[in-house]
Amino acid sequence: MEPRPVDNRAWGLVLPVVLIVSFSAIIPLMTVVNYSVQDILGPTQRVFVGTDWFHDVLKDEDLHGAFWRQLLFSGVVLAVEIPLGLAIALAVPRSGRWVSLCLVLLGIPLLIPWNVVGTIWQIFARADIGLGGYAIAGLMGVDYNYASNPLDAWLTVVVMDVWHWTPLVVLLCYAGLRAIPDAFYQAAAIDGASSWSVFRFIQLPKLRRVLIIAVLLRLMDSFMIYTEPFVLTGGGPGNTTTFLSQYLTRLAVGQFDVGPAAAFSIVYFLIILLLSFVFYTVLTRVGRGGEA
Amino acid sequence: MRARRFFLILYFVLLLLPIYWLVCMSLKTNEEILGAFRLVPDRPTLENFRHIFGDPSWYMTYVNSLEFVLLNTALSVAVALPAAYAFSRYRFIGDKHLFFWLLTNRMSPPAVFLLPFFQFYSAVGLFDTPWAVALAHCLFNVPLAVWILEGFISGVPREIDETAALDGYSFPRFFAFVFVPLIRSGIGVTAFFCFMFSWVELLLARTLTSTATKPIVAAMTRTVSAAGMDWGLLAAAGVLTMIPGTILIWFVRNYIAKGFALGRV
Repeated sequence: MEPRPVDNRAWGLVLPVVLIVSFSAIIPLMTVVNYSVQDILGPTQRVFVGTDWFHDVLKDEDLHGAFWRQLLFSGVVLAVEIPLGLAIALAVPRSGRWVSLCLVLLGIPLLIPWNVVGTIWQIFARADIGLGGYAIAGLMGVDYNYASNPLDAWLTVVVMDVWHWTPLVVLLCYAGLRAIPDAFYQAAAIDGASSWSVFRFIQLPKLRRVLIIAVLLRLMDSFMIYTEPFVLTGGGPGNTTTFLSQYLTRLAVGQFDVGPAAAFSIVYFLIILLLSFVFYTVLTRVGRGGEA
Repeated sequence: MRARRFFLILYFVLLLLPIYWLVCMSLKTNEEILGAFRLVPDRPTLENFRHIFGDPSWYMTYVNSLEFVLLNTALSVAVALPAAYAFSRYRFIGDKHLFFWLLTNRMSPPAVFLLPFFQFYSAVGLFDTPWAVALAHCLFNVPLAVWILEGFISGVPREIDETAALDGYSFPRFFAFVFVPLIRSGIGVTAFFCFMFSWVELLLARTLTSTATKPIVAAMTRTVSAAGMDWGLLAAAGVLTMIPGTILIWFVRNYIAKGFALGRV
């Protein structure tokens, strides 16, 4: 394909986007930078404190805890959702009257407000009034309680996230699978290929691109998870399900520690920026190397 | 083949069970919920729904939510369309950096922007108006819209633009009357995604509103009272939040997979 023409007048077309995103991103970000280096004592009294807040925040034990929990959570969630989503996408029929129903059902969890997802699982997993919790506690005779037992809380948060976001992976993989021309399968059938080799040598290579999108989108989004665990466990018991966003929100809005919160916001933002950079580089490289 | 179908059915049953349970709870009274454990409501009642539709401080929160969600969707798609066209068709100074910058906004945690948004929108007098939330949600919806639309636009051959120019169409006329109708499915999918991500967001919507424009997601926290949780009412409000999305998804079901792949499949 011939390269796109160079035309700097295209800036005129992107200007509205630049303006509106600047309005909602750059101006607030400036405020954050401003707060991160000052101690605000009153409406008119503020002291420049340099990088003190950064030192404080980076040495904070609670933050370290939240950070490692965040990494563990994102890792576990990815390890479950990607293979599961791929397996389900392979099982969804390629055509026929059930396809629409499957797609709509898959979309439902993605369209439920995140706090309602929390509410659904808050109710569902309770041992006294919830079907799920009742089934585990009553039938298997385990003392299951996500509000007081850290392991149960973790399990419930992970299962909730798998329930909530696996459909996204399924839809991505399904879109990728549908883009494979029938001729590939016919050729495989003539060669007498087993279904495993069809998967290994046709489907998996063709899915590389959507799988990368899936992994990276899930990585990003799981890194900013807030609402669902907030409703379900409130970060507890103790701090065992407090992830980065929750930690930050507590600091900024709960305790109103503006300085440390701003300093941590910047650190958090830089972590995300690094992840986004990796994401973007990988994606554009795949876009160039992969087939159209 | 049979094992595959069994696996799929099992998955969908597990997917629907928690939702079934929420619907089930919404049809029960609190006495029944806290009383005996039953799989099906003993005496189904619409009392919880009647309560919500009879109380303006409840049902107006739905209207408030829809208001800022629709505002945000219209705004995001309108500004993203020309930008996506520019990214898809031209190279210009700083295009890659600009795209990356947009991307970082999609990836930035809303929690980072919580406090500055609150102070900024208070300072400019937009706090507790639908505009505050609609503009705040542009932070992640505009980049997403550009991204999805760019994928769809790149699927349209460039020859069409050239032919239209040869036929004497000016750019604005070509864009509005030839190009936009060509990618209407892409626009539909993008609008759907903007609607969805604005509808499901709680943190910003809750922080930037108080009484006048309180969204439904924030109103749901009210069901905790001194007497304990009002489970039935909470479940009913939850069920009602699932309806707009489920209706919308039916319309875009054939394109939704492509939309999730950011138009790039």
